[in-house]
Amino acid sequence: MSKFYIGIDIGSTSAKTIVLDENKNIIERILLPTGWSSKETSEIILKKLNELNFNVGNSTIVATGYGRVSVSFANKAVTEITCHGKGANYLFGSNTPSVGVNDDKAIDNNLLIIDIGGQDTKIIQVENGSVVDFLMNDKCSAGTGRFLEVMSNALNLKMDELCDMASKGSDTHISSLCTVFAESEVISLIGRGEKRENIAFAIVDSIIKKVCQQAQRLYKPNMKVCLTGGLSEFKYISDSLGKELKTEVYAKKDGRYAGAIGAALMGFI
Amino acid sequence: MADRHEMWKSLGMNIEQHDVLCSVLPGAVGDVFMSQKNRPKGMEFWDMVVADVHGIRPAELIEEQKKGRKVFGTFCVYVPDEVIIACNGIVTGLCGGSQFWVPDGEAVLPKNTCPLIKASVGARLGKTCPFFRIADMYVGETTCDGKKKAYEILGEDVPMYVMDVPQMKRPEDIERWAHEIALFAKKVEEFTGVKLTVENLKKAIHIINEKRKAMQRVYDTRKNKTLPISGRDSLLMTQISFFDDPERCATMCNKLADELEERVKNNVSVVDAGTKRILVTGTPLAIPNWKLHNIIETTGAAVVCEEMCTGTRYFENLVDENINSLEEGFKALANRYMKTNCACFTPNTGRIDDIKRMVKEYNVDGVIDCNLKFCCLYDTEKFSVGRALKEANIPVLQLETDYTDTDAEQLRTRIGAFVEMLNK
Repeated sequence: MSKFYIGIDIGSTSAKTIVLDENKNIIERILLPTGWSSKETSEIILKKLNELNFNVGNSTIVATGYGRVSVSFANKAVTEITCHGKGANYLFGSNTPSVGVNDDKAIDNNLLIIDIGGQDTKIIQVENGSVVDFLMNDKCSAGTGRFLEVMSNALNLKMDELCDMASKGSDTHISSLCTVFAESEVISLIGRGEKRENIAFAIVDSIIKKVCQQAQRLYKPNMKVCLTGGLSEFKYISDSLGKELKTEVYAKKDGRYAGAIGAALMGFI
Repeated sequence: MADRHEMWKSLGMNIEQHDVLCSVLPGAVGDVFMSQKNRPKGMEFWDMVVADVHGIRPAELIEEQKKGRKVFGTFCVYVPDEVIIACNGIVTGLCGGSQFWVPDGEAVLPKNTCPLIKASVGARLGKTCPFFRIADMYVGETTCDGKKKAYEILGEDVPMYVMDVPQMKRPEDIERWAHEIALFAKKVEEFTGVKLTVENLKKAIHIINEKRKAMQRVYDTRKNKTLPISGRDSLLMTQISFFDDPERCATMCNKLADELEERVKNNVSVVDAGTKRILVTGTPLAIPNWKLHNIIETTGAAVVCEEMCTGTRYFENLVDENINSLEEGFKALANRYMKTNCACFTPNTGRIDDIKRMVKEYNVDGVIDCNLKFCCLYDTEKFSVGRALKEANIPVLQLETDYTDTDAEQLRTRIGAFVEMLNK
């Protein structure tokens, strides 16, 4: 019977599961909303894994994310910083063959990872596959995915629509960093009759600036900057980050699973 | 344990409120301290004190007051205990380390004041701290703007004396501090009715030096690869030393040090071999603030040193005992106290040198630099501390926190990730 390496990343918004085979190939991805109980979510994941015939008893399961302690069937729990570092290195590091058009410029064993999560933003520096430094935002939703979620709700837009619209806007700014105050700022912009494109631009611009301010603290020109987390699916976000940091920001389809991939990889250690 | 309610009532305390505090403390002590394995036997003394922290020492202080001795409450390690002890006074620390007191402080102070100041003011105004009821005089100092202004508010309620701590360390500043100590001595003489002499000052310097040496001995044992005492226990010892009689403090610390040295010889460690060793630096951890140490030590690492006011800044450096006049005494005191490196000075590169030295002395794997929220001085100094440590290839994690438990999980994640990083 083959052995699997399963990583479960219970974030504040969504729960990501990755199954790796013994050769570290991704063979399954499961994405679920975290919901109100990470314990219940972890049980649903367990059920799904069994349904998909991954022998859980014979697998190594590592949990991460803020709900990591709720995964009772995990063999161990590792912080999301370490896992995101490992996962991003798997996706963007030197052990993967091709990473994008500017491949030759990038120094693949010196990564700066930006993960914009649901309730926190992490900046992680990874050298040769290991975390060497990291920063996390304060205990507030400024500069996190939650900020974008609240704002897109105020504009009655989905995330992809928000990004799409933002790309056509310009010249409007939100000054508040606090999500609650920024939301009322957005509402007064709406009341003033500001174009939706411009408001969308201002929303994304505000989070990009905030995240880059944090990233600048660890960024050095010899680093390859990578975006992970749910927002890595939106090209407008990685492009805008790149513009602000004046460097290419790499993103990949599996970026959202970086934490889960890292957790699965921790099972090999 | 004796029932202290009569004493608290006679001190004019808010008994109902204070009972709330008394009811949560045993649980906290149990979680943080009693859950540890293989503790040194010598910790029994501090366990006994902390179990009756608002009773055992206050009762002694009241007895001494009956004999005519005066009690001075102090807030800071720059206040020279020697002068007070020489004039037969007693020095005590004050309350300020719990969220419990913060709301009463916020009633008069801006919310964005550091929790230590809010808790201190709240403990006095809310009448929920016996030390704040007992002290005959409060000695403040100008080590931060928040405290300076808070003393004005406290001063309306209690007799307050404020020492002007210089902001720089040029020779003329040290001279000025000696003069400031002389002025303070005059005040203490007036207040206690005891004249300061070379003899009693010399004796007091010796007493406090002996206390410092004893505390240093305990800390010295933490430098060994075999770690004979946890960070939590060491911190408790240090926190209580601010309240205890200095001679008894020295005796108890020396006794503990004897045991710890024996443990080192016999390879008795409180942690598994290879456990990562952390130095914490930053703002003070007033009793009962055990949050940071508790998170670090339940996340797989050990605290081996505190470069803090509740740590090495309190007892490193001795005062020259060889004095022939009061003037020489004040100079000797000024010289010692101005060696303490606080972020209220500019520049304060001495603190960075201290941290780097202690990283070597205590065999440290990583530094956690943590300040209380709204402490602008230590927060700003994080930039130069972080840069200097990184340049020296010393891993550092920089945090900000307060007395609430709301960020405990976030701290656990950051500290956990830091420990994982050190373990890689």
